Amino acid sequence: MVSSPTTVPGRAPQRGRARGRRGRLGRLVEPTALLAPGLIFYAVLVLVPVLLVGAYMFATRGRFGGVEWTFTLDNFGRLFDPLYLDVLQQSVLIAAAATGLALLIGYPTAYAISRLPVRWRTVALVLVVVPFWTNFLIRTYAWIVLLNSQGLLNDALVGTGLIEERFTLLYTPGAVVVGLTYAYLPLMILPIYAAVEKVDHELVEASANLGANRFRTFLSVQLPLTLPGTITGCILVFVPSLGNFVIPELLGGGKTVMVGNLVRDQFLKTQDWPFGAVIAMVVVVLLLLLFGLQAWVTRRVEGAPRG
Amino acid sequence: MADTVTDTASTRRATTRYRPRTGLGWLWLPLALCALFLYIPIAVLVGMSFNDGGSAFSWDGFSFRWYAELAGDEVLRQSVLTSLMIAAGATVVATVLGTLLGVGLARHTRSKALETAAMAPAILPDLVLAIGLLAFFFVAGIPKSALTILLAHAAFGTAFVVAVVRARLTGSDASLEEASRDLGAGGFTTFVQVTLPSIAPAVVAGALLVFTLSLDEFVIAYFTAGPTTHTLPITVYSMVRTGVTPEINALATVLVAISVVVVVVAARAVRRTEKS
Amino acid sequence: MTSPTPTGAPATTASPARAPQRRTLLSVDRVGRSFGDVRALDGISLDIAENEFFALLGPSGCGKTTLLRSIAGFETPDEGEIRLGDDDLLAMPPHRRPVNLMFQSYALFPHMSVAANIAYGLKREGLPKAEIADRVDEVLATVGLSSLAKRRPAQLSGGQRQRVALARAIVKRPRLLLLDEPLSALDRKVRAEMQLELKRLQHEVGITFVVVTHDQDEAMSMADRIAVLADGRVQQVATPVELYRNPANLFVADFIGSSNRLAGTVDAGHFVAPGIGRLPSDGTSDVAPGSEAHLVVRPEDLRIVPHGAGVLDGKVSEVQFQGGASTVAIAVPGQERPFLATVPGVAAQTRGSHVGLTWDSAVVVTDDRA
Repeated sequence: MVSSPTTVPGRAPQRGRARGRRGRLGRLVEPTALLAPGLIFYAVLVLVPVLLVGAYMFATRGRFGGVEWTFTLDNFGRLFDPLYLDVLQQSVLIAAAATGLALLIGYPTAYAISRLPVRWRTVALVLVVVPFWTNFLIRTYAWIVLLNSQGLLNDALVGTGLIEERFTLLYTPGAVVVGLTYAYLPLMILPIYAAVEKVDHELVEASANLGANRFRTFLSVQLPLTLPGTITGCILVFVPSLGNFVIPELLGGGKTVMVGNLVRDQFLKTQDWPFGAVIAMVVVVLLLLLFGLQAWVTRRVEGAPRG
Repeated sequence: MADTVTDTASTRRATTRYRPRTGLGWLWLPLALCALFLYIPIAVLVGMSFNDGGSAFSWDGFSFRWYAELAGDEVLRQSVLTSLMIAAGATVVATVLGTLLGVGLARHTRSKALETAAMAPAILPDLVLAIGLLAFFFVAGIPKSALTILLAHAAFGTAFVVAVVRARLTGSDASLEEASRDLGAGGFTTFVQVTLPSIAPAVVAGALLVFTLSLDEFVIAYFTAGPTTHTLPITVYSMVRTGVTPEINALATVLVAISVVVVVVAARAVRRTEKS
Repeated sequence: MTSPTPTGAPATTASPARAPQRRTLLSVDRVGRSFGDVRALDGISLDIAENEFFALLGPSGCGKTTLLRSIAGFETPDEGEIRLGDDDLLAMPPHRRPVNLMFQSYALFPHMSVAANIAYGLKREGLPKAEIADRVDEVLATVGLSSLAKRRPAQLSGGQRQRVALARAIVKRPRLLLLDEPLSALDRKVRAEMQLELKRLQHEVGITFVVVTHDQDEAMSMADRIAVLADGRVQQVATPVELYRNPANLFVADFIGSSNRLAGTVDAGHFVAPGIGRLPSDGTSDVAPGSEAHLVVRPEDLRIVPHGAGVLDGKVSEVQFQGGASTVAIAVPGQERPFLATVPGVAAQTRGSHVGLTWDSAVVVTDDRA
């Protein structure tokens, strides 16, 4: 490449180079080289699979697994079978309960961390994340141990006289809720913490100056302004909870069937892929709706600037 | 104004002075409860791992026997190796593709659609990706094996590398690269000698992220694994399902220890780069 | 409504000056605050009168913002008292003090409309809805933003946001309004307009304004009285004219307006400059005999006379025409900085001419800060 002297450095992309050879098309070489490999990889390994699942919704189940490509809308109809609606409803309730519990524990914790002296904050955040990096299955197993009817929790409760006889905590929907909350709690805490940190401290001072006490300031200023982050946290707990099949299986003992279990069964046991696809898409649709909600709230809170 | 009169007056009033409340106050309670909630299960497992009897109900004395069993477990050893291989492979692929994609997105396009598409694998529920890949490999006639898991992990790992690299690049401006081009360096040279060094920390961070995620990933692996391929999470899953030998507690403790070490080292490294 | 404050009074020291025609509203008494080793406020005492437009002026780090925040309640002094009328402010938490603050960055609530921002303070008072709505409308009209009531702060320009911040503060009809660098975030043209606006508002609404600023032009043009601060201490409190004509020390003389100065000593009631001799001045009664002092001459008091006919001699180094007046810079041998003279119209001198200097009026001050 010949370097030609340029008097003004800056955007002079074609100067001093073999212009004829490259021209307009030449300028596309670089972006293409960068973007193409990744995008092609995605297209094959992400887009096609997702589209395939989408297509399956309209197909018929094959006799020996897989699908037969006969167009049908039956799969959607089966969704409204009371059995499946029940599962859907229970899944949503359990996922919502897990989200609620995570919110209940997570919001005050995130708020508390933001009030710690700066050095302790990093420590606290690390401590929040470390359990998350531990294998998810092992963490669930820990709860099996704890909730076992002979387990420690029972020991503790009976020991302190809070209850009289042991009861089964394991293999109940409650256990599933606790397991889900435990699995995803850090995902609730981190976005809320980020949102709390971001609130301009002067707004808190302004609120006090205008006559609001601390509680009022919290309600009117901090809560609304942390709402987008809170919703992010809720989404990060709700959606994986909905699609989870391990925890309902291990902690719910097969008695609590959730959407995730249904999908897994359709694909790996019953081999009814089209129906499984439909159920899975329900989760995706819910995800999109929740994202839409989050975007709407963010706009309301931060105020879309005009122009 | 006589000084003595004022002094008494001010000392008298100083006792009713308003002092702002600092510190956590009642927030200690939720913080402590959260800490307990997060760590009691782990503590129980760690405790049990050293319990000779291996159960949570009675203490039979301190011993390392479960760690010995862990070390001797051939199936487990095999799955650790498998997981490591898959993670390494997925990391290489994801890092290369993700870096290219990240640079391309940050420097060469403003399309929101492309940006969302690049992040899609990380946002989609893993269950959806898992069944999609299952279907895809079936339709494409690719038999499930460690390779399919590797590809699957690479796919969603790329999204994380893209996120990290993009974040790093959109922060800085393109003037270094423009200067390099202006001096006559071609695109490739610029990329290798200017862009890459400046995003190196992000690339490394992304690679570590993918590696860790792949090691720990269960759902996608479960759906895309061949009948004889066992990653560590898959093995643990069967161990937990079929009823437990206490060596799981030892395994849990080892994994927790590793996570702690990794996180601490990473935090120190981050702080060191921030200082320089 | 404004009663004239006495001007041309004899030079004051750093003790608080009272505005005799008005009652004292805010009294700051020996307030002190340290941050570790740094003494941010060191025994500050001043009185601010009702309906006064008062400025706290000083370079960054002088303590003016700390003092403002102490009055508002966001800093807690280590010593001293602050009283608003009969109320002991330091005994009250910030949300109970009848004092409102306009933040430098406005601190408007982004998730509320302009009207909701303004109504916020009134809601905390528990007033009936109808009355709140009326007062919000009223104050919006006062600041000229009635048409923007439903907009969000993100949709407003800088000047509009400032007016909302102002409206939000004055709608509560506080006895005292604190303004933290109110004009610093605005661009020049808007700033000039807002200066007049603020003055007008202050008269119309009849609230005492206390403005914190580092810009002496701003303070001089807006305030009735100014407190000049440095190193956490009050250097002088006086009207703008007083500060200009009779600065209490060298710091004030330098900080306010431009000045020409000569170093020397005071000897038997006269100012003596080394190598030059006795120089005319307005008197040295405030300076102890034998102490080091500085002679301060304002540019417009400096007279250019033929070479040899003045007190000093020098050579013109620069002439700048600025429209209605010109600035002539004269290099005087033995002096580091050139002397600046302001002459009306076009200067008669050119670069290089040898001239003499004399003056109509000069003040003698020491470098002793309070």
